[in-house]
Amino acid sequence: MKYINEYRDKKLVYALSEEIKKVSKKAVRFMEVCGGHTVSIHKFGLKSLLPETITLLSGPGCPVCVSSQQYINKAIAYSRLEDVIITSFGDLLRVPGTSSTLAKEKAKGGDIRVVYSPIDALRIARLHPEKKVIFLGIGFETTAPCIAASIKQASIEGLANYFVYSTHKVMPPAMTAIITEGILIDGYICPGHVSAITGSSIYDLYPKKFKVGAVIAGFEPVDLLQSILMLVKQIENDNPMVEIQYKRAVKQKGNEKAMQLLNEIFTLRDDVWRGLGVLIKSGLGISKKYEKFDAEKMIQVTEEPSFENPGCICGDILKGLKTPNECPLFRKVCTPVNPIGACMVSNEGACGAYFKYAV
Amino acid sequence: MMNNKNDIIIMDHGSGGRLSQELVQNVFVKNFGQNQSGPMTDSALLNISSTKIAMTTDSYVVQPIFFPGGNIGKLAVCGTVNDLSVVGATPLYLSCGFIIEEGLLISDLEQIVKTMADEAKKSGVKIVTGDTKVVERGSCDKLFINTSGIGVLNENCAHIASGSNIKSGDKIIINGPIADHGMAVISIRNGLEVESSLESDCASLNKMIAKTLKYSKDIRFMRDATRGGLATVLCECVEDKPFGIQLYEDSIPRNETVQGVCELLGFDPLYVANEGKVVMIVSTELSGKILEIMKRDPLGKDASIIGEVSASNEGLVVVETEVGGKRLLSMLTGGQLPRIC
Repeated sequence: MKYINEYRDKKLVYALSEEIKKVSKKAVRFMEVCGGHTVSIHKFGLKSLLPETITLLSGPGCPVCVSSQQYINKAIAYSRLEDVIITSFGDLLRVPGTSSTLAKEKAKGGDIRVVYSPIDALRIARLHPEKKVIFLGIGFETTAPCIAASIKQASIEGLANYFVYSTHKVMPPAMTAIITEGILIDGYICPGHVSAITGSSIYDLYPKKFKVGAVIAGFEPVDLLQSILMLVKQIENDNPMVEIQYKRAVKQKGNEKAMQLLNEIFTLRDDVWRGLGVLIKSGLGISKKYEKFDAEKMIQVTEEPSFENPGCICGDILKGLKTPNECPLFRKVCTPVNPIGACMVSNEGACGAYFKYAV
Repeated sequence: MMNNKNDIIIMDHGSGGRLSQELVQNVFVKNFGQNQSGPMTDSALLNISSTKIAMTTDSYVVQPIFFPGGNIGKLAVCGTVNDLSVVGATPLYLSCGFIIEEGLLISDLEQIVKTMADEAKKSGVKIVTGDTKVVERGSCDKLFINTSGIGVLNENCAHIASGSNIKSGDKIIINGPIADHGMAVISIRNGLEVESSLESDCASLNKMIAKTLKYSKDIRFMRDATRGGLATVLCECVEDKPFGIQLYEDSIPRNETVQGVCELLGFDPLYVANEGKVVMIVSTELSGKILEIMKRDPLGKDASIIGEVSASNEGLVVVETEVGGKRLLSMLTGGQLPRIC
């Protein structure tokens, strides 16, 4: 596979691993913010190639994991309405609400369909004018432009039965909250695909204000090891800064067209993050101009109250305070078959990745 | 009745009356042939000259019923033939039960039945008895098929199914690239418009397996890597056992297109279904020759040694990843889900 094999080259990986071992002297803690990075690190066994001086922490960058239980409860309530078709990315189906999941509602007859793109949801809306088609809009700056485009397209077509239930979030407030909550990290492995949209300037404050390094990383083994090496060098030289490793996808200015669309369709609002609580201006609600596509505004439902299992430490895991192995429920009560917290459900959740790959 | 391409199955085809008889004659007997005891007796009567009989059953519900590289009928024959073959048995007879949703095109049914007859002939088994039920629209998805099979267990092969002779140092062999079937089916499923040239690997492995058993009965273990993929076979093999498995990811044969589609959709090929792949565990001394025999067969031309049994890491499958890292391989839990970012 062109553009993948080059970044999985065994010799190059070995050379980078050796170089990191040579350069790294200080004990450092780096956080990979993005769930995609967490998966790559485990899937390729990269921790086994790093020296003991480097600790990797998994951050809050798995959209399924940081979504509130209230969001799932409300999605379930929507799915119980007679005239509604729910369209969703697959990961959300098994996330536990208070007393059900979307997967269980589907088994009971709810019309819930897994799609790979909101464009598929639009197609379903066109085919079923008699139904309200709700797309569960979840994800960060990476995914949000595509959902914004679907709303724009629905507006152009005058589709009156397409709605988005948004819990989109933006990355910087969570990354800032992690530092201000006093969690000790020396560097961020910044999310590559978020940065492809936003550009690199959103991370400027971390080195400037907090002396925390920031390297925007790709998702292949060579990308990740090179990014770690860049961070190690920054720390060893006492020179934290923002660097782009993932140059083949990320420009300093980002994707201006996508950002323009994002700003047109969505507005920033305060939002709840699992483990981090309410963060100011961290969520993307649908703007007033496009509110007729906003499920929350247009379709009223009452959802079940939230109840989180008090033993679940997803919150601390998302903040990098604890690892899944420190959770009393991990592997015993909480497994991918019976997930208690969202970190176990998602492919990109830290608990799911530890369960599946950890030696 | 068979002349109109648009004819469909209706409830009356399952009523036991004239339409049922016509369907049996014009579709099933026409393709499968008559049993010696006559087509309409309640049971097939068989002569088997062994007291060690292997028996298996499997139901096939694949959606869509036609996919690149095969259809549900081919799957139903190959799957059951393979289940018999991997325990060291020679498959002989199959039964088939059809549950048909009203509205299915009779021409589609006939095409599927013809494929089954062709595949049975190719693999040297006889379809000797069957049953048809028609259910109302919505009660099944077009067509479900159950096949049961019986075969005779070959001499000195009773250890193969349980893997009771596996020893540390043994080599693990697979007969070709993984994940072809699962990705071929997924790629054409509704709502997943990935255009590609993927083809299912669906095939009866009994003849290739027979060649290896002819050379030596000391094959320590065999399993076909179907649902749950290669990972599941290996994890089940070491569960609660006093040995582990060391797997070398870069030795696992993979079709580049399949790999690409897996990357795109977020599937791990190790967990994706195969329908023509057998995992064998053999001693180091035998491994070279068995590999050579497999490679001479068209179904094993890409066969490869992908790992070995280890005395350490009891009960675990440890993967040396393609980049040289190490990780554990665990049992698939829940279905594989498409990733969202």
